[in-house]
Amino acid sequence: MSTYVDPYASSRETTEGTVFSVTGGDWDSLVTEIGQAKEERVVVNMGPQHPSTHGVLRLVLELEGETVTEVRCGIGYLHTGIEKNTEYRSWTQGVTFVTRMDYLSPIFNETAYCLGVEKLLGIEAPERANQIRVMMMEFNRISSHMVALGTGALELGALSPMIFCFRERERVLDIFELVSGLRMNMAYVRPGGVAQDLPKGAVAKIRETVAELRKNFKDNEKLLVGNSIWMKRTEGIGYLDLAGATTLGITGPVLRSTGLPWDLRKMAPYCGYEQYDFDVVTADTCDVYGRFLIRIAELEQSLRIIEQACDKLEKSEGQPVMVADKKIAWPSQLAVGNDGMGNSLDHIREIMGESMEALIHHFKLVTEGFQVPAGQVYVAIESPRGELGVHLVSDGGTRPYRVHFREPSFNNLQSTSAMCEGSMVADIIGAVASIDPVMGGVDR
Amino acid sequence: MSNDERGSFGTHGTGDTSGYGGLVRTQVNAGSTERPYGGYFDQVADDLERAYPDFADAIERVVVDRGELTLHIKRERLVEVSLILRDRLKFENCLGVSGVHYPADTNRELHAVYPLLSMTNNQRMRLEVSVPDSDPHIPSLVEVWAGNNWNERETFDMFGIIFDGHPGLTRILMPDDWQGHPQRKDYALGGIPVEYKGATVPPPSERRSYK
Repeated sequence: MSTYVDPYASSRETTEGTVFSVTGGDWDSLVTEIGQAKEERVVVNMGPQHPSTHGVLRLVLELEGETVTEVRCGIGYLHTGIEKNTEYRSWTQGVTFVTRMDYLSPIFNETAYCLGVEKLLGIEAPERANQIRVMMMEFNRISSHMVALGTGALELGALSPMIFCFRERERVLDIFELVSGLRMNMAYVRPGGVAQDLPKGAVAKIRETVAELRKNFKDNEKLLVGNSIWMKRTEGIGYLDLAGATTLGITGPVLRSTGLPWDLRKMAPYCGYEQYDFDVVTADTCDVYGRFLIRIAELEQSLRIIEQACDKLEKSEGQPVMVADKKIAWPSQLAVGNDGMGNSLDHIREIMGESMEALIHHFKLVTEGFQVPAGQVYVAIESPRGELGVHLVSDGGTRPYRVHFREPSFNNLQSTSAMCEGSMVADIIGAVASIDPVMGGVDR
Repeated sequence: MSNDERGSFGTHGTGDTSGYGGLVRTQVNAGSTERPYGGYFDQVADDLERAYPDFADAIERVVVDRGELTLHIKRERLVEVSLILRDRLKFENCLGVSGVHYPADTNRELHAVYPLLSMTNNQRMRLEVSVPDSDPHIPSLVEVWAGNNWNERETFDMFGIIFDGHPGLTRILMPDDWQGHPQRKDYALGGIPVEYKGATVPPPSERRSYK
């Protein structure tokens, strides 16, 4: 041990051996000391605060030279207790919690939860509500894939795709703002339908955005598809075949990169997906490049679905977006006022000035909520990351008895060890990026 | 689960002035569903009975509710039946395990729910195991479905169900030295009161609430 203390790489002795804390760019003393050590084996903690571990993911790597011999994931840094918290709120308020789990795909969390509540209640959302849900989900798939592709490229050193992907994502968030009033965590999908109908001129704006996105996606593709540097970093990396994926319960693009066309939108359609014409994209390379190509191709499929949804939305103009049952449908109607969005003045006039019963009804439904018959359900939808399942238990009360989310990120992240052990340190980054884990969803 | 419900709006105390405050409704969970179960459920049950002759002894109840099949299974038989479900009935995927805590369900307080998926046949079903709080042991299914590893750790972390035979049953979301299992019903939600414009808003779990 040298007496000189390196401010960026201090070391201390433990029962496990010498432990270094490397915080800056100065690795000199670390390299010198490791050079003197007898064994080659080094344990490196990557994360939880590391720019390329997708949020607060901690990877414990055992290295021999630059080869990774063991990978362990440390998660839980973003655990927020959302499942427990929903047990203390009404069924409708639960939407506001679950939308914040996987923050890149809020509409999927909301829809899965609402489909679960609707199944428990034995109701179905009206047709137009389903069309809006499908349109919003596919836009959300695009915005989520944009982050996956953009940050994935950024982490492997390609800066420009990130800038272009986030530009397209902004366009999608503009649509979310137009439709729901919020860009993220919208709590827009509600048990029984959606919070409000599309504003005037929304379909035209959506069509305009779809055309812009389609054009820009073509340009973006040229940056990476077939790019020889990109392919050298991604081809044959993070290999996981069908047997491995099934054993580990992997779903979504990672599963489809093994050649299995498993997509719940086709296999178990919900929200009327059986009425839409689209393809399930697969690859047979089982590697990071295959998953990248799948996400690129899924963008176009999502645009196709949105266009078909627009046709349907034009025809269903004026139809209800919430179930007719007044014991379940949220009583208030939202409207844009001078100071932003709030309850519509007509509704305020009715409950405050005209109908005492309407006021009581509003008050009871908003404070107490509706009772859901006892029982349990499991509902699954295809999120951008795979099967998003929700297990809901009701004891017949106005609040959930148990809400559990089967998060695709959580399960898919388990494959990190299988994908990375035996590879180089640098390849871990690409492999984890291709899983596309969102820690908000993993830890909930 | 049987839960007595008092009052017409589920309020506690004397909140109800409607005259129905003394009303007691007893809720009892639906017992076994009788055949035919409908859909592919009969086929699944038949196949399982053929492949596993001890079906009647291992399966406590068969429940079909809201178009979903649930087999309530004894914990001693869980691994055997799972292997048959995986290999003979082609339920290749187990989509995790979800714990549920029913403090009122005496000697069956902790439930573990396993949703299964067959990609080959595009079928779904569910296994449910109940164990007493005093002996919260369930055999691990990691040997059968390796992907259940983290899910079982999560259920252990949140409910204190011990999965025997799990390769490394440690906490996964909470810190290693955490006391208690947060998603059990006897674990308080916590939170601090918030002062707002001179009034104090208690944490959600302590607010006056409907049931």
